[in-house]
Order: sequence, then C-alpha cells, then structure tokens
Amino acid sequence: MTAVAMQSHVAADRRSRRIGLYALVLILGTIFMFPFFWTVSSSLKATHELYIWPPPVFPATPIWGNYAEVFRLFPFGNWVFNTVLVSFLATTGTVVSATVVAYSFARFRYPGRDLLFMITLGTMMIPTEVTLIPQFLIFKQLEWLNTIRPLWIPAWFGGGAFNIFLLRQFIQTIPRELDEAALIDGASRLRTLISIIVPLIKPALATSLVISLIWNWSDFMGPLVYLNSSSKFTLALGLRFFDEWGRSTGQGLPQDHYLMAACVMSSAPILLLFFSTQRYFVQGIVMTGIKG
Amino acid sequence: MTATELPVARRATGTRRPLRMSKREFREALQGYAFATPWILGLIFFTVGPILASMYLSFTQYNVLKPPQWVGLDNYVYAFTKDQQFWPSLARTFRYAVMVVPLSIVGSFFLAMLLNQDLKGTAVYRTLFFLPHLTPVAAMAILWKWLLQAEIGPVNYLLGLIGIQGPAWLSSQQWALPSLAMISVWAAVGGNEMLIFLAGLQGVPKELYEAAELDGAGRLARVRHVTLPMVSPSIFFNLVLALIGALKVFSLAFVGTAGGPGYATWFYALHIYRSAFENFEMGYASALAWVLAVILFGFTYIQVSGSSRWVYYEGEAA
Repeated sequence: MTAVAMQSHVAADRRSRRIGLYALVLILGTIFMFPFFWTVSSSLKATHELYIWPPPVFPATPIWGNYAEVFRLFPFGNWVFNTVLVSFLATTGTVVSATVVAYSFARFRYPGRDLLFMITLGTMMIPTEVTLIPQFLIFKQLEWLNTIRPLWIPAWFGGGAFNIFLLRQFIQTIPRELDEAALIDGASRLRTLISIIVPLIKPALATSLVISLIWNWSDFMGPLVYLNSSSKFTLALGLRFFDEWGRSTGQGLPQDHYLMAACVMSSAPILLLFFSTQRYFVQGIVMTGIKG
Repeated sequence: MTATELPVARRATGTRRPLRMSKREFREALQGYAFATPWILGLIFFTVGPILASMYLSFTQYNVLKPPQWVGLDNYVYAFTKDQQFWPSLARTFRYAVMVVPLSIVGSFFLAMLLNQDLKGTAVYRTLFFLPHLTPVAAMAILWKWLLQAEIGPVNYLLGLIGIQGPAWLSSQQWALPSLAMISVWAAVGGNEMLIFLAGLQGVPKELYEAAELDGAGRLARVRHVTLPMVSPSIFFNLVLALIGALKVFSLAFVGTAGGPGYATWFYALHIYRSAFENFEMGYASALAWVLAVILFGFTYIQVSGSSRWVYYEGEAA
C-alpha cells in the first residue's frame, strides 16, 4: 500500500519534471527561432509596415515581389552565381586534394612523413591574420586581386590541415589488408585509392564536404580582402554592401524589407543543406572534437 | 598507429632507417611524395612561406609601393607605446571574450544537458538550437541590427511590454559591445560546443550515475561529482576554441557596427585589418598580427598546462 503510494508519488514527480523540461525546450526554441521568424516576416512586409509602432507580427498581405526587387536593385544574381561558383570550386578542391594527401600520410612510408604531418598539425595553431597579409601580397603579384581565384585555388593544395587530419584518421581505421590485396592484384595506387579507400571513407568525405561548403559559402573576410567591384562580390560581402548602401543613401529610401529578403536568400541554402546532411555534420564535429 | 611501425627486422636491430632503400621502398617513397605534393606546395606557398614572410615584414616598413625597409623593432615599439588604439582595442577584445566565453560554455553545457534527457523530438530541438550557428555571419549581423533597432525594433517593443525601456543597443556607445557579445552567444550556444558536450554526456557510463545514486547523491551532486569530471575533456576543448574564437572576433563587428559607435567595438582584429588593407601599412599590420598570434599561443599554453589539474582523461592513471 505505502509502496504503491510512493511509486505513484515518484511517477507524478517525474511527470511534472518532464512537463517542465518540455516547456523549457519550447521557450528556448522560440527564443532561438524568433530572429529567423522576424527576418522572414519583415522580408514580406510592405514598405509602410516596416515603420509602424507597434511593429506588426505578420504583413497584411505577404509581398513576394520584395524578393524579385532585390535582384533589380543589386547585382544579386551575380552574387548568387559567384557564391555558388566559389563554394563549388573550393569545396571540390578541398575534398579531392585532402583525400589524396591524407592517403599519402596514412598509407605510404617515406622519410620525413611524420615530420611533415607534425608541421601540418602545427599550422592549425597559426591564426589566419598572420598568413593573410603575405597571401594578399602573393595574389597581388599574380594579379589575382578582384577575381575569385584567391578564394578557391588555394583549396586545391591540400584543403587545409583540418581536412587532411580528419581523412587520415579515418583511412587509418580501414584494415590494410583491403588495399594491399588490391595492390597485389596489380591495381595502381591511384586505382586503389579510388576504388577501395574512397568508398570506405564516404562518411568522412561527406563531413568534410559539408563543413567546407558551409564555410566557403559564409566566408566574409576572404571576399572582403580580395574583391573590389560589386559585380564580383559573393553573397556575404554583397549583403554588407547592400546594408552600407542603404545607410549612406538611405534617406527617404526604405529598403530594410529588401535587405531582410536578401538575408533570407543568403542563409536559406545553408540551412536547407544542413537539414539534409546533419547526420554527417554532427558526426564530424563530434569526431574531431573528442579526439581534440 | 600501424602506419609508423617499422618492419620487424629493423625494429629488432634497433638501428635507424638505413639510407639505402630497396627498389620497392624507393618506389613507395616516390609515390608517397607524389600524393603529398599538393599539400607540400600548399604549405610552402600558402602557409609556411607566408608565416616566414609575415615575420620578416613585421620588422619592416612596407606600403606595397616601395620595397620593404628594415626598421628593427620599431613597429612593435610603436604599437606598445604610441598607437592610440593598440591597448584600448586589446582591452576591448578581452572584455568581449570575458562576456562571450563563460556564457557560451555554460549555455551550451546547459542545452546539451537538456537534450540529453531523452525528451521526445530531441533531434528536432537539436536542429533548432543549431541553426543560429549556421547563419552566415554577415546575414546574422544585419538581421540583428534590424531586430535591435532602438525605435522600431521588436526587441525593444517586447521589452516595453514588460515595462523596460530598451537601450539603443548597437548604436549606443555603452551597449554596442555587450550587444555583439549577446549576438555571438546566441549563435554559439547551440552550435559545435553543444554538440561536443552532448557527445561527451552520452559517453558517461550509466553505472556511474547509478552508483552515485546508491551512495545517496542528489541530482546536483551527481552533476558536480560525476558529469562534470567525466565531460571535463569536452569542457577543456570548448574553452580553448571559444577563447581563440572570441579573441579573433572580426566579421560580426565589421558588419554589425563597423567598430563603432566611436571606437566602442573597435576590436583588435579590426585594427589589424585597417592597418593592412585601409592604411596599407603591411609591415605594421604584420607586427600586430604576430602580437595576436603570441597572445593566442600564450593562452592556449596556459590552458593546456593548467588542464592536468582539472581535466580527467579516462584511461590515464588517476
């Protein structure tokens, strides 16, 4: 009798605690989502609705034309195109070259290999600010300034220490017998890499692909330093240009709804990409995070 | 680490790798170098080369038009003694880090604990919490500017509903820096830090909690004596990365406030940027960048060497 009463007491206690937790998650979720909601809602408002007090939560009628207007006001189409191009070229370069280099670190014996790998890890410590200025001077010398080349060509040279490290760790978990069997059967090293290793490290490749895609899409400092003319901008830099332009010429030309529409269009592809690939993304963060 | 093991015969004699290789080994080495070539070139041209160049430039005066002129330690001396924004921008950056780092670590730990409660739909909440972290920083800065508008912004409207007169946020000398810190915490708490904590929490063996409960430990005692020590490696990792990230803050301030109003959010990285790409003082900017690098190394070193006192690694002798 008492035992039953106690059990139901514990159960009730547990239930009210869980209800509390759900409420907490709900409140936090709302706080996290509110900025996105407000951005989308603002992007669909009519001009006069932007400056009413209290600010209306929803537009009276959503004006989808605001999105088209962004393309008319700015070379927004160019920015989208440049961003897609840079992200595609840089990400491909990162994944392809990091795979090849990681294969070399994981499966070949040669003098200096371990030293080279230590240096590779060491470079992760160097802040980008240090290398940025000489890199800028190199690209200036090559006359690559105001082109997107500085934003993607370096990615083809190994794809950075982080990706090499990630893929090397992954390749090392594959039993050597698998690729040695292929080599004994007369397959070349490249053949072995493509037909044995690559299929086995697909999850790591996906991780490296998604992270590098998101990074390149959002990068602000690179485009800021290397690009000058507005038609060459990427979305990240274009957004700032748009914002500045509004502030400098803004008198009597309300444009915040267009700006919000531009923010939505710049962020949505990344958020959608994340929805469809989050498994790999989470895995990658966790793997590198825990190994440190 | 099978890859670094030497063949048995060589290990047995304990000699160093002989200079003469067999034909097969030579071929393997050549192929190894060939596969590593992109990175070797990348290191030379985009990393190690620039590091050395920047070290050299930091001792020169270089405005891009004329060749660099050696000036010894002048750049550093100027930064430490004459540059009006050197110390203030550093202090400001630290003030920002002091706000962002603890809040984001505690917040992300808290969120991870919440997601670790076996609630229904955890994957959905995880995604929701993560989205701010993915928003491109330029878009993030701009949308928050809009939300934090003093007169027509929804944040001040909501504050008004509960009787608080909201400040001018990003356009107020006093509030601009805390506002940026707040935006950055919003973006960070549900991001990588949370995922790393979550993985850490999921790795804590259930038996430990059960044992603690049998010993009469309450909920808080279990967090303090079981959870915290077990996830201390994740806390450590997040702490190092969060501090480095906060000290390098650039894009958020560049787009959000352009360093203003006045110099209220003129952070150190903005100072480097202006010296290099607006004033074209490449030598001076390189010196500033090296000061930052040394600060980052210093802090990382302190954290790593202090970590043995509070970070517990399973599998190491306690």
